[in-house]
Amino acid sequence: MEDRPQIGYSKKVMDHFMNPRNVGDIENADGIGTVGNPVCGDLMQVSIRVENDIITEIKFKTFGCGSAIATASMVTEMAKGKHIDEALKITRQDVADELEGLPPVKMHCSNLAADALHEAIKDYRAKKEGRKEAIEEPAR
Amino acid sequence: MVYLDHASSVPVDPRVLAFAGQYLKEEYGNPSSLYALGLSTKQAVEEARVQVAALVHAETPSTIVFTGSATESNNLAVRGTALRNRKKGKSILVSAIEHVSVLNPAKDLQKQGFDLGFVPVDRYGVVDLGFLEEHLAPETTVVSVHYANDEIGTVEPVREAAAIVHEKGAYLHVNATAAAGRIPIDVQKDGIDLLTLSGNDLGGPRGAAALYVGPGVKVQTVMPGGGQEKGLRSGTENVFAIAGMGEAARIAALEMEDEMAREKAVRDSLIKEVLTIEESYLTGHPDFRLPNHASFRLSRIEGESILLNLDTFFGIQVATGSACTSRTLEPSHVLLAIGLAHEEAHGSVVMSLGRSNTLDDVPLVGRAMKETVTRLRSISPL
Repeated sequence: MEDRPQIGYSKKVMDHFMNPRNVGDIENADGIGTVGNPVCGDLMQVSIRVENDIITEIKFKTFGCGSAIATASMVTEMAKGKHIDEALKITRQDVADELEGLPPVKMHCSNLAADALHEAIKDYRAKKEGRKEAIEEPAR
Repeated sequence: MVYLDHASSVPVDPRVLAFAGQYLKEEYGNPSSLYALGLSTKQAVEEARVQVAALVHAETPSTIVFTGSATESNNLAVRGTALRNRKKGKSILVSAIEHVSVLNPAKDLQKQGFDLGFVPVDRYGVVDLGFLEEHLAPETTVVSVHYANDEIGTVEPVREAAAIVHEKGAYLHVNATAAAGRIPIDVQKDGIDLLTLSGNDLGGPRGAAALYVGPGVKVQTVMPGGGQEKGLRSGTENVFAIAGMGEAARIAALEMEDEMAREKAVRDSLIKEVLTIEESYLTGHPDFRLPNHASFRLSRIEGESILLNLDTFFGIQVATGSACTSRTLEPSHVLLAIGLAHEEAHGSVVMSLGRSNTLDDVPLVGRAMKETVTRLRSISPL
């Protein structure tokens, strides 16, 4: 690749676009978060496997532009191995900072990756609560 | 590298550069000055006027006004004509898929109290002549319909539009930036009153464009100053770029027929190749389109990702109507106007050919497109 600027993306954004980490789905995931909307041109899906409240496996799928793919890839790297409470603290700005910045016009719509992660964690918690209730409630 | 974005910029023809270079180096006089060094550059500008007039079959070279860009020509045409003729009425009409350099001056006039109407297009991007006929009022002064759309390649029924516009005593402005040098243009036979031409799109340097102002058409300047270009566009002439535009127009007039037949054959082969991809569709008119132009939409993936993937992994440059390359984050107004849903309009790819493209490019672009689509769809949750 020639070393020319592309759409104002940092080298790190381009690296994650070219070599996205953790692409795919997790079968029987413990939590799945989907945010965005194809009508808007960005749809992100993050799925997680959690053991003892630690994210042991995380995958993503994205419909969107180069920075949408890169932010989703980056958030999976940032969240992997973290306790869910810590992962919940990852913000959109953290993801953009870790990618050495995003063009301003991209910040709003293509940087939804942290939201998708949070949704996946909420989904995991809801399922866990559901399981807990199912165990605690006597069978009728 | 395979460059497929000639609708956005055309490399300067080496013959043009060789010719025009003298006006940067030796012939640097101001055309308004009276000594020999100035007179020779004045002559270069007038020769360019003759060449540009010939390309579009204008009545006389004096109908050609040189400007600095197609945007400037479009502003002069829309704004200058509407303002100069406002005693007749304050109504203007533009087609819904015009370039922003026509749409924005029109919207600006609307803020100043003009009545602005948008002429809709069908699913191929052809302007609705029935609507035009119905909505032209005695107060309408200028109607703007481009010759061909730079994003979907559709060529408009300009001659038919001119007949309708003239019946109501209005002027027809035609932006021919994408069409000039690619299809024959005859302003007299077509009945065009104002025509925008871009030097760069003909293979000339950036910094020169022209507006054809037909005999008797009343236009007010939007650039008052020293009175150059019959007072319509003041400012010291960019002689290098204007001479280059003239030379590019001369070459285009000579070579267009053969070159476009060649490019059309490459383009047709490219369309065939890309449409073998599942869920890929041609946008724009299948027949009435520029001979060097192909445009597609692909379901379930996004245009900027396609552009980036083709550039990064294959060295292929294309354009897209994707929202993610615009500042508004709205998908292309052209794709929405032809009736595409928002989610459909996101996956657009525009390939516009030029002299450097050959049939050898087709298998490479075809393979690159297939691999790109496969890769991005494998990442997509849709």
